[in-house]
Formats: sequence, C-alpha cells, structure tokens
Amino acid sequence: MFLITCPFCGEREESEFSYGHEAHIARPENPEKLSDAEWADYLFMRKNTKGVHLERWVHTAGCRRWFNAARNTHTNEILAIYKMGEQPPKEIKAMIEKGKTS
Amino acid sequence: MTKYSIFSLLRNAMGYHRDWQQAWRSPDPKPEYDVVIVGGGGHGLATAYYLAKEHGITNVAVLEKGWLGGGNTGRNTTIIRSNYLWDESAFLYEKSLKLYEGLSQDINYNIMLSQRGVLNLAHNLHDVRETQRRVNANRLNGIDGEYIGPEEIRKLVPIINLDPTIRYPVLGSSYQARGGTARHDAVAWGLARASDARGVDIIQNCEVTGFDIEKGQITGVQTNRGQIKAKKVGVVVAGHCTVMSDMAGFRMPIESHPLQAMVSDPVKPIIDVVVMSGAVHCYVSQSDKGELVLGAGIDAHTSYSQRGSLHIIEEQIAAVCELFPIFSRMRLMRQWGGIVDTCPDASPIISKTPVDGLYFNCGWGTGGFKATPGSGWVFAHTIARDEPHEINAPFSLDRFSTGHLIDEHGAAAVAH
Ligand SMILES: Cc1cc2nc3c(=O)[nH]c(=O)nc-3n(C[C@H](O)[C@H](O)[C@H](O)COP(=O)(O)OP(=O)(O)OC[C@H]3O[C@@H](n4cnc5c(N)ncnc54)[C@H](O)[C@@H]3O)c2cc1C
Ligand SMILES: [Zn+2]
Repeated sequence: MFLITCPFCGEREESEFSYGHEAHIARPENPEKLSDAEWADYLFMRKNTKGVHLERWVHTAGCRRWFNAARNTHTNEILAIYKMGEQPPKEIKAMIEKGKTS
Repeated sequence: MTKYSIFSLLRNAMGYHRDWQQAWRSPDPKPEYDVVIVGGGGHGLATAYYLAKEHGITNVAVLEKGWLGGGNTGRNTTIIRSNYLWDESAFLYEKSLKLYEGLSQDINYNIMLSQRGVLNLAHNLHDVRETQRRVNANRLNGIDGEYIGPEEIRKLVPIINLDPTIRYPVLGSSYQARGGTARHDAVAWGLARASDARGVDIIQNCEVTGFDIEKGQITGVQTNRGQIKAKKVGVVVAGHCTVMSDMAGFRMPIESHPLQAMVSDPVKPIIDVVVMSGAVHCYVSQSDKGELVLGAGIDAHTSYSQRGSLHIIEEQIAAVCELFPIFSRMRLMRQWGGIVDTCPDASPIISKTPVDGLYFNCGWGTGGFKATPGSGWVFAHTIARDEPHEINAPFSLDRFSTGHLIDEHGAAAVAH
C-alpha cells in the first residue's frame, strides 16, 4: 500500500483510490477509418513501462475525481501528480525521454 | 545423468549423501545456438526440454537473469487444474494436465504431483449458473468435472462454513478430481536436469539486454555476458514480457501486476483438497509440510516491485476466515509477491511475432503454473516448425486485431 496525494483532498491511503491504467490514450476521432491493427492498438496495447509510467487514478472513496500521476513502477514512488487534461511536468517528460527509471 | 531410483537413494545413503552428482552443469555460454530461450522459469525450461525431446533440437541455451525458478515459478501456489470454459483453453490446459500426469516418470524427478481435487466455489445464482455451464463445457470436452452442492462439499471439506446467512454463502462448487498441486521448485529443477541431460545449456545470472535483429530477422541476443548468436529466440519472461517486446520494437496487450501469496504456521492435516473462490478472492490448500497455502487477488495497479499491498491481504484473509472460521487464530509465517503478466482476455499469448525467428510465450497472468509442461510443449513445436501447433494457434498475438479473443475471466482471473 502506498500513499497518494489527491490534488483535491491531499494525502490518503492507496485503498481509497481506484486505478485507471495508462494515461493520455486519446480516443480515435474517426474510429471507422482505423484498420483492425490500429483499433487493436487503441483498445488493447499498453505501455506497461518498467520505470516512469503515466497513469490515471480516481479518488473513489473521497472526492471521486480523476487525476494523473507519474509513478516509477519499479519502486512505486510517485514522482508527480497532475490534473486531467494537463501534460506531465517537464522534468518527468525529460526522465521518460532518457528512459531513466529512478 | 545418473538415474534417480530407490537404489541410487540407498547407495547414496550409505555414503552419507556426499556423492550425489550435480543435477545440471553450469556451462559458459557458447558463441552461437540454434535456439536461445530467454527466461529460466518452468515454461522456458519446459520449452527447452520438449525442443530436445520432441524435435531433436539440442543446441539450445536457456538464459536466466537470476536463478532457476526464481520468478513466478517459485512463487506460485502450485494449483493445477484444466477446467477452463472455452474449447481452445480446454485443449491447452488439458494437454498440460496430461503431461503433468506422466512428468515424474518422464523426467525421472519426483514433482510430487498430488491430484487431490480442486473446488471452485459458487456464492450466488450467477456463480451457480456459470459454474454449471463451465462443468458442462468441460465434460463435453472430455475433461472430468462435476457440479456439487453443499452436502457433497461438506463431505470433501468438513471444516468449511456452510451457514446460509454469511455474506457470501457457499451454494455449490465445481469439482475436478484430477486437479491438485505439485511441487513448483521440483518442476523447475526436474525439467532443468532433464534438459541438461539432453544437451541443453542452462545459464543462470545471464540477463538479456537487447535483441540483434537484421532485416526483420532475429540473429542473436545481447546479454550481460556478451553477445550470443541464435537462429531462433523464444522469450518466456512472464511479467517482463513488455520490457522485451519494447526492445524488439512491437507492442503487447500485457500489463504487469503484483500477485501475493502466503503460508501459515504448519499444522496437522486439516484440508485435503484445494478450495478456491473467485468471488471472494481467496483460495487455500495445505502443503505436505502442513502449512496452509493461501492466495489473494492481484493489486489493481501495474508494478514491477514484486511486492503487493497489505489491504489486498486483509481482504483475502477476511474471506478465508469467513469461509473457514477454524483458521481465524492461525498465524502467517511468510508472505511474498510475484509479477504476473495479465492479458485482456485472461488467456496466454503463445505466438510468432512481427520479427522472424522471435517467438513470445506470455500472458499467463495468475494461472500459468498448471500449464507449464503443455505451454513448453506447444511453444517448442512453434519454435521448431516456425508455425503454431493446432492447440496454440488460437493463442496468437494477432487475435487482438482479428477479435478472436478467448475470454477466460470466469475460469481464470482470481482463481489460479
Ligand atoms: C503468488 C502467485 C500465485 C500463483 N498461483 C498459481 C497457481 O496456484 N496455479 C497456477 O497455475 N499458476 C499460479 N501462478 C502463476 C504462475 O506462477 C505463472 O503463470 C507461471 O509460473 C509462469 O511461469 P514462467 O516460466 O512463464 O515465468 P517465471 O517463472 O516468472 O519465469 C520467467 C523468468 O524470466 C526471467 N527473466 C526476466 N527477464 C529476463 C531477462 N531480461 N533475461 C533473462 N531472464 C529474464 C525471470 O528472472 C524469471 O525467472 C501464481 C503466480 C503468483 C505470483
Ligand atoms: Zn480526492
């Protein structure tokens, strides 16, 4: 169990939250134009990064609002929390760019 | 390889057990192999074994970054059964159960297969119907199984709580008498020894860090012990499969989650079947040493940390104590986690890949121990022939674009 800082309520135990998996997957604008492989990519393929992973959480037992997190999946350390619709902080982007895991 | 038998045991007892031969060699990697298997868990070792035994391909190396069976093979709760719903799964898991039934003899190593029977409980009307449907499907596929009610459950498991007023009452169960458990380490060690005897090189502490790919064709692997050339490469690394597919440049529909298990203090024999419940996320069996072997569900988040969250164990222990009030004052002795490779349809991927000569076997998630020999058997065929066996053809990577998913959430998921 780890602690997660809800951007609206503050630090709470993980068990108050539900996991929303990989963040920033945009729904295709013209699904009917996609090939089967592109559709499969959207529906099923996931980054599953070992290292810095951008993901969504929802504060189910609290404010029930969604937000994004950058978490190191190797250590479970949460590196950044940012709101829905926002991009991850620059230093996180740089870490991912470099493939840095901690 | 000297044969293990009652006579070798007696002979070695006379010598105070000082003269046992080592079970397998630890050679340095050769510069080139016909086939390199990445991952020395049960599935990788079984693949190597059947490559040698069934296909005569013995210039094979198994590369393991840690120690043999140190991944999920050595961390699982050893439940074996074949009562999956769909035909595709039934054939695959039943092939494996059949191979398990002859494995100790075949590899001359006691894997301690114990076909003590497996119950999958039903707690509500929907469970009951799903369970009956699954049992019927199993029987149509020639797989043993019956649906039993509370009275028969009581005969098999006298200590279970059948009070109809509990939160999740026990209404019925599937029962596969041929299901049971086996010793997980023995499966890995026995397969390693038998592969080694057929000429396979087993190389531990050898981590694959990259693939050599020329014009879409695999030519070898990069490791912490240098480059090793290979005509074909089979990747069987469970929770690390997307780390590998990232290196090879294609995507997989896999997510890696922690899955935990635990054992209690050892006690006298109290339960002689395996009892599982998908609905309340718990299952229990008793090891030969007397420990209760208990398992939980996965953590919701992805992780590679090999440790799960405490609240998962709390929920699971609460469920165990409601089903078996007699266990409520027992103490846990050990608890651990493994990283399981979950697939959207709760079925494995045993497949060719976009890279020629590179094959992946993964996605077994929470339930691949039961499939160890069968998985190795079909994967060896796939690698040797460069095409899947009819048993694993449906389990290809492209089912996610064709839409032919094999949805086993009912039979797999929490129930391993
Ligand atoms: C707690 C728990 C309980 C379970 N209970 C059951 C059960 O009751 N019944 C059941 O059927 N299944 C169960 N399972 C699932 C089962 O353990 C797995 O599906 C199965 O053991 C997978 O075997 P494997 O050989 O594919 O993987 P593993 O045994 O994990 O082997 C993969 C190996 O690859 C190695 N590796 C990874 N990366 C590299 C690299 N870059 N280079 C070299 N080597 C590498 C790893 O070190 C590892 O040893 C359980 C799993 C867990 C964690
Ligand atoms: Zn909140």
